[in-house]
Amino acid sequence: MTPEAAALPWIVVVPVCLLLLIGAGLTLVGAFGLLRLNSFYARVHAPTLGTSYGMGCILLASMLFFSALGTRLVIHEIAIGAFVILTTPVTLMLVARAAMHRDRLEGQRGVPQAARPD
Amino acid sequence: MTLMVLGISVLVTQLMLGAAMLCCTWRVLRGPRAQDRVVGLDALYVCGMLLVLTFGIRSGTAVYFEAALVIALLGFVGTAALAKFLMRGEVIE
Amino acid sequence: MTRLLPHPLISLGILLLWLLLNQTLAPGPALVGVAVALFGGWTLALLDQGRPRLRRPGLMLRLAGQVLLDIAQSNLTVARIILGRRANSSAGFIHIPLALRDPQALAVLAAILTATPGSAWVEYDAEAGWLLLHVLDLDDEEVWIRLVKDRYERPLLEIFA
Repeated sequence: MTPEAAALPWIVVVPVCLLLLIGAGLTLVGAFGLLRLNSFYARVHAPTLGTSYGMGCILLASMLFFSALGTRLVIHEIAIGAFVILTTPVTLMLVARAAMHRDRLEGQRGVPQAARPD
Repeated sequence: MTLMVLGISVLVTQLMLGAAMLCCTWRVLRGPRAQDRVVGLDALYVCGMLLVLTFGIRSGTAVYFEAALVIALLGFVGTAALAKFLMRGEVIE
Repeated sequence: MTRLLPHPLISLGILLLWLLLNQTLAPGPALVGVAVALFGGWTLALLDQGRPRLRRPGLMLRLAGQVLLDIAQSNLTVARIILGRRANSSAGFIHIPLALRDPQALAVLAAILTATPGSAWVEYDAEAGWLLLHVLDLDDEEVWIRLVKDRYERPLLEIFA
């Protein structure tokens, strides 16, 4: 750790540590879901754990830490957060649609043929 | 004392994110199909970005922030291009 | 006013992002940011997507708060499913009839549903208004249909009226 961090008060250190651990824990559970779930469409849900509150907690910890370290407001992490929140649904929808298209072409069973129920 | 608590938390965080990256890598390597690998890659770069941010907290410099931002940007473009590739088998038509 | 600022919210967003990335409120960078924001708005107007007419800002805030809460809750639910013993038992597709037709409102609904762990937007039939949704814990289809329609679709219908 950087030596300047020794001067941080406990009221900052404890939330930073908790937020880091919770965020990393959620991200790890999400990544573990990639291993654990057994169908492609179920696995699409797993990474959103990391990109929603997993990322949110770690970004919040980073904002708190640098704001306390520099004694000024450091909130440029919001830019990363906004960007990831906006792009994750787009990429996941693109991949899910592409997978659906491929499954239908290959005639996989258990995949709905259209958005309209038959 | 403060340094030790912070150091241990950051270390544990980094180990957890590293394990998350290993899970994603396993999915990228094993597939079984191309779309599974793309979802694995998508999750991999998000974990990588978070890991870079925690390196920033460890060293106390804001340089890592820019690296994380670039990873987030390129990851989106990469996954979008790969999804396009999955759809048609070509990126540029 | 409309000529100068065709998309005021988006221009404001670009300006805020610019100031965040520069980490300053000094007049120089702020002026460049204003120029970038104006050009961003004009460029978007050239693409001619049509301006969304947003009503009821109070309801927008309430919907945003609701979405944040729901995402937190479904984070826990999905974490429990992944770590639980019956991880693969109840995932499945559901068909939902939507009354929402505005493309921008549909985009917001798609983003909300996909960003929430546990539900993913897969396909939308624009002619008949059917949505194909994949959910991770599909115990009761009716509950999910009610949830999407009452909790998200109804406020969006009022906001994008």
